[in-house]
Amino acid sequence: MDRQIRKVVIVLMVMFFILFAKLNDLQVVRADKLATAPGNTRAITRDFNRERGVIQTADGAIVAQSLPVDDEFERLRTYPEGALFAHISGYFSFTYGTEGVERTYNKDLAGRTAALSKPTDILSDRTRTGTVVLTLTKSLQQVAKDALGNRTGAVVALNPTDGAVLAMWSNPSFDPNPLAVHDQKAVQSSYTSLTADAGKPMLPRAFRRSYAPGSTFKVVTAAAALERRPELAMKAYPSLRQLDLPQTTTDLPNFGGSSCGGTLPDLLRVSCNTGFAQLGLDMGAESLAGEADDFGFNQKPPLDLPATATSTFPGVDTFRQDQPALAKSAIGQQDVAATPLQMALVAAGVGNGGVIMKPHVMAEVRDSEGGVVRTYQPEQWLKAMEPQNAAALRDMMITVVNNGTASRAAVPGVQVAAKTGTAQTVGDNSHAWLLAFAPAVQPTVAVAVIVESQPGLGDTVTGGRIAAPIAQAVLKAALGTP
Amino acid sequence: MGLVVLAVLCTGALYTLAALGKSASVPANVGPFLLIILGLFGSAHAAVRILAPAADPTLLPLVAVLNGMGYVFIARLDPDLAGLQAVWTGLGVGAFVATLLVVRRVRDLERYRYSFALLGVGLLLMPLLPGVGRNIRGARLWVKLGTITFQPGELAKVALAIFFASYLVEKRELLAGATVAARGRAFGPIILAWGGSLLVMTAEKDLGSSLLFFALFISMLWMATGQGIYLGLGFGLFTAGAVFAYGAFSHVQVRVQTWIDPWSRADGQGYQLVQAAYAFGSGGFAGTGPGLGSPGKIPAATTDFIFAAIGEELGLLGTSAVLVMFVLIVGAGLRIALRAEQPFEKLLAAGLTVIIAVQTFVIIGGVTRVMPLTGVTLPFISYGGSSLVANYILLALLLRISHDTAERSWRSAGVADETVRSTV
Repeated sequence: MDRQIRKVVIVLMVMFFILFAKLNDLQVVRADKLATAPGNTRAITRDFNRERGVIQTADGAIVAQSLPVDDEFERLRTYPEGALFAHISGYFSFTYGTEGVERTYNKDLAGRTAALSKPTDILSDRTRTGTVVLTLTKSLQQVAKDALGNRTGAVVALNPTDGAVLAMWSNPSFDPNPLAVHDQKAVQSSYTSLTADAGKPMLPRAFRRSYAPGSTFKVVTAAAALERRPELAMKAYPSLRQLDLPQTTTDLPNFGGSSCGGTLPDLLRVSCNTGFAQLGLDMGAESLAGEADDFGFNQKPPLDLPATATSTFPGVDTFRQDQPALAKSAIGQQDVAATPLQMALVAAGVGNGGVIMKPHVMAEVRDSEGGVVRTYQPEQWLKAMEPQNAAALRDMMITVVNNGTASRAAVPGVQVAAKTGTAQTVGDNSHAWLLAFAPAVQPTVAVAVIVESQPGLGDTVTGGRIAAPIAQAVLKAALGTP
Repeated sequence: MGLVVLAVLCTGALYTLAALGKSASVPANVGPFLLIILGLFGSAHAAVRILAPAADPTLLPLVAVLNGMGYVFIARLDPDLAGLQAVWTGLGVGAFVATLLVVRRVRDLERYRYSFALLGVGLLLMPLLPGVGRNIRGARLWVKLGTITFQPGELAKVALAIFFASYLVEKRELLAGATVAARGRAFGPIILAWGGSLLVMTAEKDLGSSLLFFALFISMLWMATGQGIYLGLGFGLFTAGAVFAYGAFSHVQVRVQTWIDPWSRADGQGYQLVQAAYAFGSGGFAGTGPGLGSPGKIPAATTDFIFAAIGEELGLLGTSAVLVMFVLIVGAGLRIALRAEQPFEKLLAAGLTVIIAVQTFVIIGGVTRVMPLTGVTLPFISYGGSSLVANYILLALLLRISHDTAERSWRSAGVADETVRSTV
């Protein structure tokens, strides 16, 4: 019998060795492949099961927090401010992943950055999650939301000196709470109805949608003249009702068929289409495209939120055979497209002496005891203009407020510099734009406002009428004036 | 005793780590927890010292680590089940002590062989009885008496091992006989065992147990007689049974197809195996750390798939450690069989060890896709009261055989009992 038992020993050892070999295959050879397989949700679950830090505004409002619940995931991500900060905070969804600050600062929130860890953690039960403090305030965000009301559009306010985003509101927005619940069927149905919504509530228009910037782009065209063709900035353009475009029979009219002309300050004050179109033709595609690039067109703004859209200005080559396109581009029509964030950065650049700072929504990261572990360090993004040219352009934008199209953006007691825009879109609809900064000298806030697709083309739907009051309300609140 | 304390400390440390990993706080009850398991395994150890002092000293500590590890993972996956598992562990240790107390000499069991045969078959078929039998997750393995649900099949395997051992030892001359007529008689019991396991498979849909019983019977028959023909015969019958089962039962087909390719059925039948593979992969070499993985994603993670949960959180290091412990247990069991003098004890020890080894292989092999998945528990680790109690009884019998052998050899060598106690 012993002989057989010894054979059994061998057989059983071989069987166990097979198991050992198979485990090596699973846990070493194919481990990475299995760990990162698309169907393997463990990495997401790891962050889901962990405690997760708070996202809060600069004025202390909780935007996102994890509350203990009694289910598989133990904690539920909740967004007390609902739609107000949905495009900033994003969401933290098991099915649809992460978006917004939840994505860009995931490691801080989950406590996986080195700054949040200490060697002694292994012995303590310290919570290691990070709190992300935003540069935005709830108060200003609320003002922007109320000022825009139920109209579709976006408001961006930032600090020109350090690039801090002070408010960034896109309407319509959405409530991120239903996307963070743990019932995946409910999440899917919420997500499906949000994506099916024609108003695109999940689209953060402020930084992920481009519009024809219309006359607000004349700020860039003016900057191009000042920076690259100073003699054109002094040239007096004839007063015209419409400009006869080269290479085509079509004419380019002024808004409302009015007649205008003069030197650059006059052209900007009344937003003279014929003058700016001719200015564009005079300076040529290289100057205009070069200046647009200097202001950040055709490159992604380094905003610390995912998928920031790139604003576009056509390449020089496209204008060779198409001078009318150059004329239209000089007044922000044709194929020029800009996000509200980009136009706010244009305003900020002019206000900040030509220097555009990197835009950001994170002010600092704190550990769970409230100690600051990381503070955002302001950085220059671009240098668009020389200081003296920026000052000259600023003065022109002051006259736009004091004596031009943006009078409704004026704030009592504080000098505002601004530029309006009314961009005709498909059919007889126009986007109403306004960009502004204040105080005009050493500004603390720059604003861009867009109100989408206002019906009609008349005087009542201009940026000066529709967008300027919104900008004024935001400027007032940001400046703290009554 | 040192090894038992070490086993208890291992369990305590793992328990604390798992709780730390889950909630980042040291569990408040770790002190009482340590005392309770120390008390539990300490008393089991004391029982061995008093009732079977010469028995193999490594088996109980090994089982204590496996049991403790299983408990920690169950507690980490499902705290409610952990409470039950703790009660069952207590009952298991109780059954262990009772077995050592009642069975003072293993060869006494030979006398009750037909009682055990009856008991084994009865237990095996009990779930089929109307009124008490219960279907759980597609298999009719459970019996509900009052509020307690248990799997009588788990106890049946011990009873049947005792019966096989005594029957085969008595008949082995005959079965190993040279004449064809003599061998012909052996067919009776083989066909009976084969039919029995087919019945279990078809009526109770329990592939794992039927495979286990058949493998147990054939291996014991072969060990008793040394006749290779029985192995060939057994293998042939097994193949025939398997082919028949594949053709006849859709659930067997599903099992086999899922084994071959779980990926194309990742959302359906293959979900469990795919999740298990992900768990092993995510665990990698060192694991995520106890409490830090998400083994809750694997269905039946506390029972059949607990090994995948260990693989995820303790990595290859943990799974290898478990394998090594089973190898040591199987090694110790077969060493006991080799040392035993009486054929019955020898065969019983080998048979009981084969149960542990095959069951371990079947479930780990099933979870890691070495073979089609058949649901059996991982001995001492999986959640399951009947399994735990049955395996503790099995362990007690092995230790009893070990003690009897050692004591007899010492006695014949003229060594006094007292000396034995102080040396072990």
